[in-house]
Amino acid sequence: MPDAILKLSKLNAFYGDFQALYDVDLNVNEGEVLAIIGANGAGKTTLLRSISGLIGNDPAQVTFRGTSIGAERPDVVARMGLAMVPEGRQLFPSLSVEENLMIGGRVNRKGPWTLRKVYDLFPILEERKAQASTSLSGGQQQMVAIGRALMSNPELIMFDEISLGLAPVIIRDIYAALPGIVGGGMSAVIVEQDITKALAVSSRVYCLQEGRVSLEGKSGAVSRDDIARAYFGVE
Amino acid sequence: MSTDIRISRTSSAARVAAILGALIVVILIAAPWWAGRADMRLMGEIFLYLALASLWNLLAGYAGLVSVGQQAYVGFGGYMLFALTIFAGLPPLVAIALAGVLGALISIPVAALIFRLRGAYFAIGTWVMAEVFRLSFAQVSSLGGGSGTSLPTDIVRSMADGRSAREALSYWLALGAALVVVTAVYLLLRSRKGLALTAIRDNELASASLGIDIWRTKFLVYVVTSGLTAVVGALIFLQKLRISPDAAFSVNDWTAFVIFIVVIGGIGTIEGPIIGTIVFFLLRETLADLGTIYLMVLGLVAIVVMLKAPQGVWGFIRHRFDLQLFPLGYRVERSKDT
Amino acid sequence: MDFVNAVVQGTLLGGLYALFAAGLSLIFGVMRLVNIAHGDLIVLAAYLGLTTTVALGVHPLVALVVVVPAMAGIGYVLQRCVLNHTLGDDILPPLLVTFGLSVIIQNALLEGYSADPQKMDAGALETASVALGPLSLGVLPLLTFAIAVAVIAGLQWTFYRTPLGRAFRATSDNQDIAQLMGLNKRHVFGLAMALALAVTAVAGILLGIRTSFDPSVGGGRLIFGFEAVIIGGLGNLWGTLVGGVILGVAQTVGATINPGWQLLAGHIAFLVILAVRPNGLFPRISA
Repeated sequence: MPDAILKLSKLNAFYGDFQALYDVDLNVNEGEVLAIIGANGAGKTTLLRSISGLIGNDPAQVTFRGTSIGAERPDVVARMGLAMVPEGRQLFPSLSVEENLMIGGRVNRKGPWTLRKVYDLFPILEERKAQASTSLSGGQQQMVAIGRALMSNPELIMFDEISLGLAPVIIRDIYAALPGIVGGGMSAVIVEQDITKALAVSSRVYCLQEGRVSLEGKSGAVSRDDIARAYFGVE
Repeated sequence: MSTDIRISRTSSAARVAAILGALIVVILIAAPWWAGRADMRLMGEIFLYLALASLWNLLAGYAGLVSVGQQAYVGFGGYMLFALTIFAGLPPLVAIALAGVLGALISIPVAALIFRLRGAYFAIGTWVMAEVFRLSFAQVSSLGGGSGTSLPTDIVRSMADGRSAREALSYWLALGAALVVVTAVYLLLRSRKGLALTAIRDNELASASLGIDIWRTKFLVYVVTSGLTAVVGALIFLQKLRISPDAAFSVNDWTAFVIFIVVIGGIGTIEGPIIGTIVFFLLRETLADLGTIYLMVLGLVAIVVMLKAPQGVWGFIRHRFDLQLFPLGYRVERSKDT
Repeated sequence: MDFVNAVVQGTLLGGLYALFAAGLSLIFGVMRLVNIAHGDLIVLAAYLGLTTTVALGVHPLVALVVVVPAMAGIGYVLQRCVLNHTLGDDILPPLLVTFGLSVIIQNALLEGYSADPQKMDAGALETASVALGPLSLGVLPLLTFAIAVAVIAGLQWTFYRTPLGRAFRATSDNQDIAQLMGLNKRHVFGLAMALALAVTAVAGILLGIRTSFDPSVGGGRLIFGFEAVIIGGLGNLWGTLVGGVILGVAQTVGATINPGWQLLAGHIAFLVILAVRPNGLFPRISA
């Protein structure tokens, strides 16, 4: 019986008066790669922001290893071992490549990920470590963003649309590196619009549609039809 | 069953307020007949502060130009009054009007310079300009240099016969200024230009994409506001009969107090400055004996209001009761049919 | 010779102005906040120095040991309790709250110390001078300039070579993502203000040794600091030093022509730069 490391229970999220998530129930099991798919505006990023603490919720709506974190500050959540690779990379322009990585490690959690290991994974970053982070290509910036999240030695890492805005060959390379990234017991949530990629790397999948969970299942077992229905909300 | 929709620009509250307001204005005009000298002076001061506050509110609350340097024009207006009556021999009333025009003119090069700054840096830039004005006028020895000068008695006498007539005139000028300013602001905001202003205030980027010329609108508001501020400044120093650079360009008197009035009353509303002026003078009359403590209380109240109730007293009332006494918006009303 | 002397004195004066400006620049860089009470905080530091020298019987420069940590503490508390709540997209709240703060500080000082001008006594330091060719340079102005350079170098080092500086830059870049890195932004801003007021404390003590001061001079110091920042260019601390020097030189040269023109000359120099180079001489960020 797999253990749920992260549990969302009836998660509701609002932007002002606008409700973006309705009663979302979702589990992430220890050591698994979970895919969350859905159209634009379905609430995927809102979900991740709620988990990471950037959006405040009721304490019990988000539990991590049994602890209620729904209302915690984002920096507290980060120290507990949840890391995010944000949508659009969002590197710090005032920091160099290496400084971006170093600030990822500020949380000071123990684990295998060090600057050395990140450079071994993405050698190109070591070549450009003193450059301004925003002077890199899109794919390289994505590597920095991933490395930055890894530096905190998280237990759960969340990838928000990492293929957005990247050339297909780059996307392929990054996804090829994913097993090396998520090995060693780390759990991962991958939010993607590219369904094929998402299903290929994950063991389970949820689909969001207009703020609600419309599908849950094993990535290998869901059919194209099921997904199409869940994705677009057509009966 | 059909429900007709009516678009109206006013509401019953506004209509009631308009009638009450007209009554109050009539009573105020008649003040020289029922009020004592000290009361008239106080009311005159209140009206002038109301005018200053309404103007600052237009600048900051609507055009988004937060200036901590409007004392530049208050002092400029005062000095123009003295200069035009003493050197050009103009009658005081003409001098006051001309001071306004000159104030507007000089605000043009000032704006050209300080509009290069944004946000809080713009604010401090306006303060620097006020300092430049102060230092410049302190160099003019014919107007008393650093210690200032008094308005010659024959000029004062030329305004009207007898002291009570002069005091009545002074009072009516102040009341008139307040009425003109508040009415002008109201009419401006009701017009298309005013709609543009409110749009700019709410979202500059969006309004720019709608074709509203932000820069020109702000520039116009700045020039008009400064001109009118100069008129009020001239009236202030007509009352005081004496001017000096420190008094004319005092940050405390003409900016700090005005800002507190607008913030406490409710920035970005027409009713706000009116309420704020009343609150300010109530506080002053009750607490002024405490001197510095009074000022500290004022500062503290402004901070607390800004942090806890940034919409001010009127903003709170308006939000709570959906009230608008100066009808500005458009209301959709259902006129019920059978 | 008068002119050369004026330029030299103005340059050294620029060091003091750069110290006025450094705190202002730092805060704007980290949290886009312009503190209208900044000048009054400089004056507050001067008064704290005065009280320290009187109460402990020490030299004003020794008083730094007390005043710098005190002002840093005040900065941290001020930021976390009051100023953090004003941060956001609207420029009005920080402006109006710091304006209110300015009035409170000025009047509190008036209550506590009266309006009489005060000055700290630094003894022989005030009149000592060294000869440089035909010129005579005051030791105090030289020391002030040297301290300004050291402070700015220290701030640069902090910003670009320490984890704290990385935290400042990251939080200023992107508050949300910085928090994902485990940075408590309220704490980071508090530290930034503490650092800024520590610098302000140094500026205040040096001001209090150099000239007499009273509760009302804060506004003038804010304006000098502000002019130095704008002339030098936003976001560039070394630029702020250059800005301070230009301002100082303009003032002293103006005073040489006519003593009453000192302040006006400085303002005019500022306005000229504003007209010709609105972003300052060495800008790094835009307002």
